[in-house]
Amino acid sequence: MSSIYESYRNALQAEEPVVLATVIEGKNVGSKLLVFGNENVEGSLGSSELDRVVSRDALGMLEAGTSEVRHYGLDGEARQHDLSIFIETHSRSPQMIIFGAVDFTRALAAQSKLLGFRVTVCDAREVFVTRRRFPMADELVVDWPDRLLKRIGEDLGQRDAVCVLTHDAKFDVPALLSSLATRVGYLGAMGSRLTHEKRVDRLRQEGVTDEQLCRIMSPLGLDIGGRTPEETAVSIVAEIIAIRTGRSAPRLSQTTGHIH
Amino acid sequence: MNEILADIERWRSAGQRIAVARIVDIEGSGPRDPGAAMAVNSLGEVAGSVSGGCVEGAVVMEALELLEGQRDAGITSFGFSDDEAFSVGLTCGGTIHLFIEELNW
Repeated sequence: MSSIYESYRNALQAEEPVVLATVIEGKNVGSKLLVFGNENVEGSLGSSELDRVVSRDALGMLEAGTSEVRHYGLDGEARQHDLSIFIETHSRSPQMIIFGAVDFTRALAAQSKLLGFRVTVCDAREVFVTRRRFPMADELVVDWPDRLLKRIGEDLGQRDAVCVLTHDAKFDVPALLSSLATRVGYLGAMGSRLTHEKRVDRLRQEGVTDEQLCRIMSPLGLDIGGRTPEETAVSIVAEIIAIRTGRSAPRLSQTTGHIH
Repeated sequence: MNEILADIERWRSAGQRIAVARIVDIEGSGPRDPGAAMAVNSLGEVAGSVSGGCVEGAVVMEALELLEGQRDAGITSFGFSDDEAFSVGLTCGGTIHLFIEELNW
């Protein structure tokens, strides 16, 4: 029988979603409940009813990717403060799906890895999707974007990103249509304003609504004047962070208020 | 905790006792998020960090006191320090709350 620490360590090393709940104030300080993504649990916080309530909350927090202290009664009652419990979540890595194996893809894949994304590069043209060109990618997929998203689209959520870098209507219209059918948090499409105008016309012909069009960031990235693929990648991931945190991305030196 | 597992495993296999300090809450500005962890073994060796270097020294003292039985597992907080007071704190103006315990679970 392994200890709670050993189970926790094994889950972290295998990158499996897991939550560690610890009583940090109140009765039984230090007692622990480990909650796995498949709803299995190990350990106890001192009462089976408390364990049930905390594991339910833990799974919700795992989905959102947040870690925080919550307060409960001795049997998990809400709005009571007998216990402070630190709920530490370890979600799976956010995903970055890049459609189009172009020069910008290399830089965006490398930059996304730095930020902890699991990176998939997908293009229907086999000669471009090679390990030699994209050694940093976690997965290379030779297929049409809509077919890949038919397989994995349901798993995409708020923390994930899709970037369509093909700027070729033959690829990017079906890629955007199938991305709009997912819950992905960031959806960006490369191309000049003119390219995007033409793309918007085609998307409208396919029945895309104004509300759906608002989800597509195009041209994608922040206006930092980047030119090279590497600079462009920085502007794209900066926009992804700003959208996640709800910031408008001005310079800190020209604003006031809390940084974090 | 992920980034300090390798050190923890090495210390465990050498039979050393280990204290772990984790950020559980932050008020205002803080450089690391809840869940950031550091570990200290009974020889005073350190892995990981919980701030930009502002409070790590004090955390090591707390961790060693815990391993020597001079304090219990529990919450320790560090707040703003102004330069003149020479007290331990975060120069960025925030407060961090750490939970410190022995890794014996």
